Amino acid sequence: MTVEIARHWRLNAQRYSLVGEECPTCHDKIFPPRDVCPHCAEAAGPDFHFSGKGEVFSHTAIYNAPEGFETQAPYTVALVKLKEGPLITAQLTDVQNDDVQIGMPVEMVTRKLAEQGDEGLILYGYKFRPQLAAA
Amino acid sequence: MAIMKPIKPVGIVGYCSYIPRYRIPAKAISQVWTDGKGGTPITEKAVAGLDEDTVTIALEAARNALLRAQINPQRIGAVWVGSESHPYAVKPTSTIVAEAIGAVPHTQAGDWEFACKAGTEAMQAGIGFVASGMQRYVLAVGADTAQGRPGDALEYTAASGGAACLIGPAAESIATFEATFSFVTDTPDFWRRPHAHYPSHGQRFTGEPAYFEHVLSAAKTIMSELGRTPKDYQHVILHQPNAKFPRRAAKMLGFEKAQWETGLLSPVVGNTYSGAAMLGLTAALDIARPGDRILCVSFGSGAGSDAFSLLVSDGIEGVARRAPTTQAYISRRREIDYARYARYRGKLLLA
Ligand SMILES: [Zn+2]
Repeated sequence: MTVEIARHWRLNAQRYSLVGEECPTCHDKIFPPRDVCPHCAEAAGPDFHFSGKGEVFSHTAIYNAPEGFETQAPYTVALVKLKEGPLITAQLTDVQNDDVQIGMPVEMVTRKLAEQGDEGLILYGYKFRPQLAAA
Repeated sequence: MAIMKPIKPVGIVGYCSYIPRYRIPAKAISQVWTDGKGGTPITEKAVAGLDEDTVTIALEAARNALLRAQINPQRIGAVWVGSESHPYAVKPTSTIVAEAIGAVPHTQAGDWEFACKAGTEAMQAGIGFVASGMQRYVLAVGADTAQGRPGDALEYTAASGGAACLIGPAAESIATFEATFSFVTDTPDFWRRPHAHYPSHGQRFTGEPAYFEHVLSAAKTIMSELGRTPKDYQHVILHQPNAKFPRRAAKMLGFEKAQWETGLLSPVVGNTYSGAAMLGLTAALDIARPGDRILCVSFGSGAGSDAFSLLVSDGIEGVARRAPTTQAYISRRREIDYARYARYRGKLLLA
């Protein structure tokens, strides 16, 4: 349990607000953060804050959710192509599965991902919703 | 009468609201409990989705307030969230919000409680923090996912939403605080014990001795101490537990419809508790012009009111369009039925 809590805690910046890395050599944007750049294999670089804007690359509806996620089923999981390049897997929110389309502009929001039962921690992290235009 | 004025001028440098997209019409609730007979206190209310709570509501409002202010989050010296529906009994909402907006670790953080006026209290404290020079920027948020007992009168109005106000030096502000004033008494109009899921209320006791006494006293005092009358204000926002109370109170104070309609959101959003008065303020700021005056008065049961007199500055030009307006959140709307509402708000016990 303690190991589990520490793991979630270390992931806070990455999970709450899409903080990844920028490769100092080829300037590729990297998410999630890792030791070496997947593009040029040089050591990965300083923190990079993604804009959170992207589009749906592919998607699938989940009716039988894994343990800890049942309370939010049914929901849609998508591969999202971020504006800065990387593809990431995330839940979509504030949208019905039937309304999701490939290429749909989406934006990152931070929502409840799961709850560890009634007495455990509430886990927050990024999801994507249909892009809401500014004023 | 001690109205409060900062020694150094202080204002709002960024703001935004957040309203979840789900709406349950009041008629859908009355059909379940009264066969749809009798009036309803509002048209519809905003309902948080399954993955939303006070943290996520406060966070989106805070992020957008920062977009409008265009400042580095590391310069925020305090993150304060007022609510009566903090997700944890012990573990602050404010630290999660501070972490997610990038304000940690060199910041103050804290959760505030005072029924529906927890957010405006944080604003008042923020004015003091900034005016004293202790911090340059303070983020004050009011957010709630309010619950009403099924079948109770409050079920029609208890809604979800919130708003954030980034407070800072007047020179960088979109609106400056001319003064603030609080009026507080021990009044048993509404309460919830720690073990209780739903609140209790003093039925008709909630009107005259609670809402009207505090809201009217706070509004009258701040205006008279500043030498102002309702004519000096383009916008007035009063706490809005329903559609009727704020309209009646505004009329009693001598305001007209054109002054209250921009900030009166309860008919289509419901009572967002700690978010309510601040939400109305964001709607007014979205359309305010330099030189406009805004009067904003919150109310929290138990009971008290915080009043603010604001003067809109030139800095407001172009700021609204940097983030979604409150009206944009209101028109992002998906209607749900009572069954879905019961699931979203945890009113179904499956075990
Ligand atoms: Zn590289």
